[in-house]
Amino acid sequence: MVWVNAIVQGILLGGLYALFACGLSLMFGVMRVVNLAHGDFAVLAAYLALAVITGLHVPVLWSALVVAPLFGMVGYLVQRFIIQRSLDISPLTTLLVTFGLSIVIQNALLEGLSANSQSLPSGSLASASFQVSSQLSIGYESVIVFAVAVVVLVGLQVFLSRARLGRQVRAAADDQEAASIVGVNVRHVYGVAAAIAFATVALAGVAFGMYSSFDPAAGPQRLIFAFEAVVIGGVGSLWGTLAGGIILGVAQVLGSQVDASFGVLAGHLVFLVVLAVRPSGLIAARLS
Amino acid sequence: MAGLTVRYGLLEALTNVSLTLAAGETVAMIGANGAGKSTLLRSIAGLHAPVAGTVRLDGLDITGLPTHRRVASGIVLVPEGRRLFPSLSLEENLLIGATPSRPGRWNVAGVFELFPWMAERRNRPVVYLSGGEQQAVAIGRALMANPRILLVDELSLGLAPAVVRRLYDMLPALLATGMGILLVEQDVTQALRVSDRAHCLLEGRITLSGRPRDLAPADVEAAYFGLAKGPAAGRGQG
Repeated sequence: MVWVNAIVQGILLGGLYALFACGLSLMFGVMRVVNLAHGDFAVLAAYLALAVITGLHVPVLWSALVVAPLFGMVGYLVQRFIIQRSLDISPLTTLLVTFGLSIVIQNALLEGLSANSQSLPSGSLASASFQVSSQLSIGYESVIVFAVAVVVLVGLQVFLSRARLGRQVRAAADDQEAASIVGVNVRHVYGVAAAIAFATVALAGVAFGMYSSFDPAAGPQRLIFAFEAVVIGGVGSLWGTLAGGIILGVAQVLGSQVDASFGVLAGHLVFLVVLAVRPSGLIAARLS
Repeated sequence: MAGLTVRYGLLEALTNVSLTLAAGETVAMIGANGAGKSTLLRSIAGLHAPVAGTVRLDGLDITGLPTHRRVASGIVLVPEGRRLFPSLSLEENLLIGATPSRPGRWNVAGVFELFPWMAERRNRPVVYLSGGEQQAVAIGRALMANPRILLVDELSLGLAPAVVRRLYDMLPALLATGMGILLVEQDVTQALRVSDRAHCLLEGRITLSGRPRDLAPADVEAAYFGLAKGPAAGRGQG
């Protein structure tokens, strides 16, 4: 029963990883941008949520409704005015620019808000759970996060495959120049993709903040999990990202069952095995 | 379009090229590989910025307009190599052509009427289509924008002659809707057959212009290969 419990918790944790990773996957799939500041933006979102919670006295879930749209706008502007300019120069410049953003965010948070670790007060939600059987209880918090992750991924999938703008995103991902030839404003479409990516990373950042404490330097460690989820699942595939997140989550929780310090390592090992055996990921697919 | 000069680094791809295109007219641009034909079309579409010269539409200077805005004003390119979107189905490839939402007679049903085989394969990924079918989708995709000026780059590239002929035979149907067509073609015979006027491009300069029936084959050959007029013209191999 201990193992069943571990697997269930692992799957739920995997939902959070998938939510966190899908923005990374989207930005790479559409713009070929590896956003090294992805984890730092998640931490920034958590700090922003904390400010919203203490400032407006709203519960943590409501803060996400403020932070996510705000981050969407930030994402559009960051793409149009910073990342696009580096894309026009070279892919390597883009990598350096996002690395620079990562350092700027970390140090600005450190300077302004100190190195003290914080956490988001999720109140009664943190300990509330429902009993499935005598040995298996599931926390509401992790179920909500998992549900949000699934809704976001399904919504994103539907948007990309059905909506007019989603079709433009796929076209721009396929062939940027051909997209401009058919009248797509590629820079705007890239901005939209970044806006979606940033809104999802904000949601993930708030969820991380509810699960565990965070400090200004927490971003890069988390970024590794997002990379692992994307690579395990297959770059550019949203279902793959969900599968990758779940596999990573289950590996980590099972690993920590064996030994409390073995959890993160188990995740890394699974990642390495997938990378060695199937480098294209479990679901190698395009954005559709 | 007047005095257009385009450079790639130090290489001058086009030198002082001028031409006009009227509604309902087909103009062919012929020339050898590397003569600058594709560069010319890409410059008109806004994919290359010229170092000198202007591109005008109805007298309005559009030289500084980005590609997607030119599409919105009715200048649409059928690019060399088709450049369809592999992750989109046939129908989605057509639908994305309607991105600028220009009013006109072309829509998915209209394109299916022009190419009836498309209707039953509308949900197919385009990678499963033959070269000729893909070229037809590329044309359909461009028509979806209801172009005023259709720029067609190397329609014949990699296609069987019969397929090329069939594709060119539908041009009159397009011209009847009042659009102007600028063709770039290596297949000289095909280009001269369908065009009202033709220009020959050699090393980035126009070396010969005229109506196809006024152009003597020897002159075309000389302009195409850059041979001196006179006795030498006869020795060109074509």
